[in-house]
Amino acid sequence: MSRERTVPTSRWLPAHAIVVFGFLYLPIVTLIVYSFNGSGVGGFPPRDLTLNWYRLLFADDAIWTSVLNSLLVALAAMAISLSFGIPAALALDRANFPGKALFRRLVLLPLILPGIITGLSLLMLFREADVKLSLLTIVLGHGTALISVATTEVFAGLQKLDRAQEEASLDLGANYWQTFWRVTLPNLRLSIIGAALLIFTLSMDEIAVSFFLIGRDNTLPLEIWGRLRRGITPEINAISTIIFIFSLAAIVTWYRLRAGSEAQTDAGF
Amino acid sequence: MGRTLLSVALDFDLMFSRAYRAAITLPPLLWVAVFLLVPYLILFCYSFWSVSASQEIVHSWTQDNYRQLLQVNVYWHTLLRSMWIAARVMIFSLLLGYPLAYYLSFHARKKELLYQLVIIPLWVSYLVRAYAWKTILGSDGVLNTLLQYVHLTRHPLDFLLYSPFAVVLTLTHIYTPFTFLPIYAALEHIPRNLVEASHDLGASPFQTFWRVIFPLSIPGVLAGATFAFVLSLGDFLAPLLLGGPSGIMISNIVVSLFGAAYNWPLGAAISFCMLALVLALLFLSESLEKKWSFR
Repeated sequence: MSRERTVPTSRWLPAHAIVVFGFLYLPIVTLIVYSFNGSGVGGFPPRDLTLNWYRLLFADDAIWTSVLNSLLVALAAMAISLSFGIPAALALDRANFPGKALFRRLVLLPLILPGIITGLSLLMLFREADVKLSLLTIVLGHGTALISVATTEVFAGLQKLDRAQEEASLDLGANYWQTFWRVTLPNLRLSIIGAALLIFTLSMDEIAVSFFLIGRDNTLPLEIWGRLRRGITPEINAISTIIFIFSLAAIVTWYRLRAGSEAQTDAGF
Repeated sequence: MGRTLLSVALDFDLMFSRAYRAAITLPPLLWVAVFLLVPYLILFCYSFWSVSASQEIVHSWTQDNYRQLLQVNVYWHTLLRSMWIAARVMIFSLLLGYPLAYYLSFHARKKELLYQLVIIPLWVSYLVRAYAWKTILGSDGVLNTLLQYVHLTRHPLDFLLYSPFAVVLTLTHIYTPFTFLPIYAALEHIPRNLVEASHDLGASPFQTFWRVIFPLSIPGVLAGATFAFVLSLGDFLAPLLLGGPSGIMISNIVVSLFGAAYNWPLGAAISFCMLALVLALLFLSESLEKKWSFR
């Protein structure tokens, strides 16, 4: 069946797509190219190919400390968002309680709310409660804001879940706790891994909330931010290039994982 | 409080026991109450407090902050400018995102791959992409030196960086994928037999688009537009990095009130107005979405 005749088409559509992709990738390509540019950021054409910025970067302790901080924050935030987001999704799916509609909106709000509002309101909470700002306050901020991600991902997974399995488990004498660990959770595996990866990356990159909750220790985005205010340096290009490559690796792994598991379920049925 | 919650929770779903439902409901409920609901309430309270001459927060009720917001022009003008910037970002993201989504959904051969190509830039840090634009647009940046290299200009164009233009460009770059995603999802959900039916009943491709495809994609357009508008309205990093004095946005004022200017209550009042504005927009887009969805 030729779709071309039923819906409008034009030579301009692929041209437009190319322009949009160019627009989306121009900064990324620039970033990577100039991380190898001997004469610094800017200046056309790029010249003096060098690995010097990477050498500087690897000797830069402040950056690596902040990378470590960011990793810790992201892992801790992931733990919080998942341990409250999974039950939240279950609750929205299978419990009824007063204020459920408000709860749903409240949980999802940080997804759409500008980070500055979430960051500031938590800052005021911590000040009123006399909590000193540190990496821990950033963890609480990220963990809370990203419950929204865990909840949406897991809720979507629950919609596809076949309840008959849980029912069978209960009928066969397993208690709720056993059913949860042995049936519900394994069935939600993919949604949970997806949510975890997403939370991890979002937390690694988060800056608007961290901006207000930062104590003495910097996360990577805040370390980068501090340096950008002082001037631009190709070291930033170098670290960004490395992160980009890691992210790409994570995406590819995730799709392999999902494709593999989908093939498995297909074979199982 | 827990007990009343439990008693109402009864009878919803006989498959799960009361205790099970309490166990999945109470922990997230408590966490969300402490770390989301209470902070928003504190934000609201702060907006009615004030700062004393000795830089202490005075915890007594006053409407001065809101009065000041109404009377001082700079707040209004900055808010309006921010909304104008956000509106332009929204329009440009739609102009870039919609045709792309339509092309991918209805025409492209390798749509899975192309879809991934739209997502990948989201994995590059927001901050780093904004910074990359700075290195492109600066007076000795990539673009200006390129233009001079090919002898198109003799002097660097200085309107490129430190202007609202730079902010709009960067935010459009950042929110185009966010706008694309819901539109693409909406287009993918359109049953293709509707399109065939429209064709069989004699509609031209153009009519099919305007009468069938476009109306069915409106919920996606609304979601994408809301995303782009709301998130760029509250942005403060792109203006700080690329905006210059003429690109200052409302959140930058809030940041300075919470920093050097040290007037948290006034900053809280502005934030609360932003929160109210955002909630109103969400409500509006949700009710429009309901009106346009066919279920």
